[in-house]
Amino acid sequence: MNNFVILPIIIPVIIGMVMIIFRKQIKLQRYLSLVAMAAVGIVTIYLMLQIKSEGIQTLHLGGWVAPFGVTMVVDMLAALLITTTSIVAFCCLLYAFRTIGKEREQFYFYPLFLFLITGVIGSFMTGDVFNLFVCFEVMLVASYVLISLGGTKIQLRESIKYILINILSSFLFLVAIAFLYAMTGTLNFAHLSLRVAEVGQGGLMTTVAILFLIVFSLKAGLFLFFWLPGAYSAPPTAISAIFAALLTKVGIYAIVRMFTLVFYHEPEVTHLFIGILAAITMILGAVGAVAFWDIKRILTYNVIVGVGFILAGVASFTTVGMTGALYYLIHDMIVKALIFLLGGTVIYLTGTSNLRDLSGLIRLHPQLGWMFFIAALSLSGIPPLSGFLGKLFISEGTFEAGYFWLGAIGLFTSLMVLYSIMKVFMNAFWGYTVIKEEEEQGTTAGLLLPIGILTALTIALGIGIQAIHAYVDLAVEVLMNPSIYIEAVLGLNPKP
Amino acid sequence: MKEPNDIIIRSVAKVAVVIIFTFAINLFISGHHYPGGGFIGGLAFASAVILLFLTFDIETVRKNIPLDFKVVAAIGVLIAVLTGVGSLLFDVPFLSQSFGYFNLPVFGKTELATAVLFDIGVALAVIGTALTIIMSIGDDR
Repeated sequence: MNNFVILPIIIPVIIGMVMIIFRKQIKLQRYLSLVAMAAVGIVTIYLMLQIKSEGIQTLHLGGWVAPFGVTMVVDMLAALLITTTSIVAFCCLLYAFRTIGKEREQFYFYPLFLFLITGVIGSFMTGDVFNLFVCFEVMLVASYVLISLGGTKIQLRESIKYILINILSSFLFLVAIAFLYAMTGTLNFAHLSLRVAEVGQGGLMTTVAILFLIVFSLKAGLFLFFWLPGAYSAPPTAISAIFAALLTKVGIYAIVRMFTLVFYHEPEVTHLFIGILAAITMILGAVGAVAFWDIKRILTYNVIVGVGFILAGVASFTTVGMTGALYYLIHDMIVKALIFLLGGTVIYLTGTSNLRDLSGLIRLHPQLGWMFFIAALSLSGIPPLSGFLGKLFISEGTFEAGYFWLGAIGLFTSLMVLYSIMKVFMNAFWGYTVIKEEEEQGTTAGLLLPIGILTALTIALGIGIQAIHAYVDLAVEVLMNPSIYIEAVLGLNPKP
Repeated sequence: MKEPNDIIIRSVAKVAVVIIFTFAINLFISGHHYPGGGFIGGLAFASAVILLFLTFDIETVRKNIPLDFKVVAAIGVLIAVLTGVGSLLFDVPFLSQSFGYFNLPVFGKTELATAVLFDIGVALAVIGTALTIIMSIGDDR
């Protein structure tokens, strides 16, 4: 029992609820939201140190032990992701202060933002499938409101699609959970893992696994990403940045959890299937990223490529591949938020997202331009920035697993990503300066701080990768040995 | 406002609302050992208020109950979560509950449980949410 485990979930809930009571005090809400994210980050780092010295931390709510009660489990994977979440959310909040507008702030932007984070963190922490569903819903309901908040025409059009597709996938999620419960009689991850291992992962069980994969693919944007480019380019920058950084990652996390802890017995079926989907996702995403001339479109298609690449590492199902996937997951959360904030700033300054209308911004905004350049290099995995090591390990993992085609597609699409993002950089920042300073729609005052923090982080993660190396190794060890997780939740020698 | 000819519903509602409120409180209290509890108690309570909305109009009811129901819901969730946080002070798992028997002046020997505090939070959250939903879809002028 460790009561610290629950804090990252309840801090945002409590502060969000307090904000609803003080709806009119915008200043107070701003401070409180930053305090909440900082507190979550600090608590999680403390948890990480505990996990390192004492192993996985669990909490059985109300003293009802697993598999009967609700269990919260923080292993190193969850702790790393929650820490990154809090940092990214902190920066997006800083960005939102300047750009989100008074209207949205008064209509519960900050509480909703915190509820979104609650759902994300809850999904990372929960120890059973049903609560994963619940936390997904918390996150989704908050995202429904955030995506339509403001009610511009494009937002309403995209939010309808977004809500419909997510209701469908939630329905499928429940169906899959019902199947799983009917077949195993439990929903606790650790207990499921034991039971599936005991009865064996037969054809029917694999079918249920594929059903789960479809559900999570819809959420993560793996192959079934047709809803994503529209939905992520509709809301304001701060919101679409947090969506791009976090929401698809929760789907990826669910796939990682499910297919390393529960359904890991038939990798030649399930993991190969993930690999094929990842390959198609990378190709289609890269084609989209190269084809469009609209900044928002290019960036959203880059999100899709990232999803495919992380899952290529997961599909390899080797220690190296998983390590790479984890490095890349953390890197992707940071750099996707960064690149969305940068792209959003360009649009905010010039009032257009069409690359053909942009030129020579670097003369007016040198810092912005160079930070964009760094982010672009990091996104495509140029050393020594943070994307490099993840890319290296994922490629190594896929080669080790014998999926040469997958690794090759991964590397090839990296080039296409580099091309697509350099296209943005060269068109928007290089060339003859067409726009005068006084013609700009806004200023970069205050916007450069969150962008600067994230840029510094992507550089630091690249150069100082040694610092988190031990933690990532611990996380991967748990992923590759389900028995560690099971032992932490159910105790020694559990009954199946 | 026009004066509709609704003397029957007005007379019935005035009595029925009191009965529903009482029933809601009964449901809430019996919830600890028998079917009932904060959720359905709150729903029954909200249904009484909705009956008031139907009988009289929303403005009249809001004038008499000047509460922002979104805030009610938020306070409800806060109470529920904070009762969970209370268990952190006693170093037991989050959301742990306890109960004891006390000799109260009027009721005699009574069982008091901390779960009731949690249930009050649930009830308030349900009342707040249900009424917010009804008011935002009913009040579309």
